[in-house]
Amino acid sequence: MWSRVASALAVIAVWQAGATFAATKVLPPPLEVLAFVARELRQGDMLLHLGATLSRVAASFCLAMALGAALGIALGRRPGLNRALDLWLILLLNTPALVITVLCYLWLGLTEIAAIVAVTLNKLPNVAVIVREGARSLDPDLDEMGVAYRFSFATWFRHVLCPQLEPYVVAAARSGLALVWKIVLVVELLGRPNGVGYAISYYFQLFDVRAILGYSLAFSIVMLTIDFLVMQPLDAHARRWRVTTA
Amino acid sequence: MPGAGASPPLEIDIQRKIYRNGDGRSVEAVRNLAFSIQPHSFVCLIGPSGCGKTTILRIVLGLDRDFEGCVQPDLGDLPVGVVFQEPRLLPWRTVEENVRLALRSCGLAGTLDPLFAELDLEEWRHRYPGELSLGMARRAALARALAIEPDLLVLDEPFVSLDESGAAELRAIVSRLAARRRTTVILVTHNLREALGLADRLILLTARPASVLADIPLTTAREMRTDAWVEEGRRDLARRFAIVE
Repeated sequence: MWSRVASALAVIAVWQAGATFAATKVLPPPLEVLAFVARELRQGDMLLHLGATLSRVAASFCLAMALGAALGIALGRRPGLNRALDLWLILLLNTPALVITVLCYLWLGLTEIAAIVAVTLNKLPNVAVIVREGARSLDPDLDEMGVAYRFSFATWFRHVLCPQLEPYVVAAARSGLALVWKIVLVVELLGRPNGVGYAISYYFQLFDVRAILGYSLAFSIVMLTIDFLVMQPLDAHARRWRVTTA
Repeated sequence: MPGAGASPPLEIDIQRKIYRNGDGRSVEAVRNLAFSIQPHSFVCLIGPSGCGKTTILRIVLGLDRDFEGCVQPDLGDLPVGVVFQEPRLLPWRTVEENVRLALRSCGLAGTLDPLFAELDLEEWRHRYPGELSLGMARRAALARALAIEPDLLVLDEPFVSLDESGAAELRAIVSRLAARRRTTVILVTHNLREALGLADRLILLTARPASVLADIPLTTAREMRTDAWVEEGRRDLARRFAIVE
């Protein structure tokens, strides 16, 4: 805990030193950025933009995790399906986020659905690939035990399959959350009338680096809080049964 | 199978079982193997390592249906307790949760205190399998198999790699509970002494492909089977059937 606090303080110190040394408008000091954030939160549209971005992140993250995990399980358990869809997966995995976003806006229009579909399609192959590895490494002995003891599908799914996939799903979720919000910003920048990405685009046109850093910082803090309060406890839960040697 | 008096015997008839090994070559594991098991009996399958004993058990349990022959009656929804060579406990569930999962799958519930007490598992019931020694993990696997009050108990070398005193204690528990509940038991082992101490009947298997080498009923009451009796029987069987332990 203390090492993390020290690390954060070190970043702020380096930032402050860099800003003092550079003495330029393109690198404002931390206090100036924090003052902007505080003012925006009190009087400006920051909460509105944070809320819009957060709701897009939540929707596309949930969709990508659910669909990607289902696809990953199917690919990991069925080699024939994996052979058939592997090429598509690699193609989607290697298509730049920008291309997928532009195509979604072109095909579906500049709509909320297009934005969420674009982010989901960007994240989905990543989740599918990670969960596929988990599904490939399932223990067949435990499956056999479940059959021998006549486990129902629900029991097998909940007590045999999910715990084996849990570390992979949590890894995909933690890396995915970081990826999703970055893509959401690009999607907002290209075609939404609100959100942190829109705000950054707006302030970029005004060449207001303090505002750009302020919005970025505010949303980073939101995502760090989610990681700390949700993702890390999930990670700990996935590993609770592992014996640790001192 | 077991249960009330009219239960039919378990008829096992495996004409052929072939599997592909890692090189993709066909290996004949079992050939013309046929025997029946009477309800409430304790049968030991004995054979050299790699002869196909586990394959036979998997077929009996319905875990492998890719073979020529049949097993009747189909065990279907009958409660069957299984102890595999490895404990195969769910590492993310505690000992008690592992046992209760099997219990619930058979539509049963109730206290596990007497069973855990008998198997000396009380202080381990809330631990995860990773915290257990191999001996305790085997006890937990045995608890899971016995908790469902099975009609048929299938044990695949369950005492292997245990120290002799621990193995003897578990053998005594299995023997006592099987007799008390009139459970039919199939035990796979390559330990002749173990088989002679526990079984009503020995089925000796040939090397691969497995078939029945000899079918030997043991009529001496278990309480009369002294160490000397077991040792004499072991020597006799080893000499007659060229068994190397």
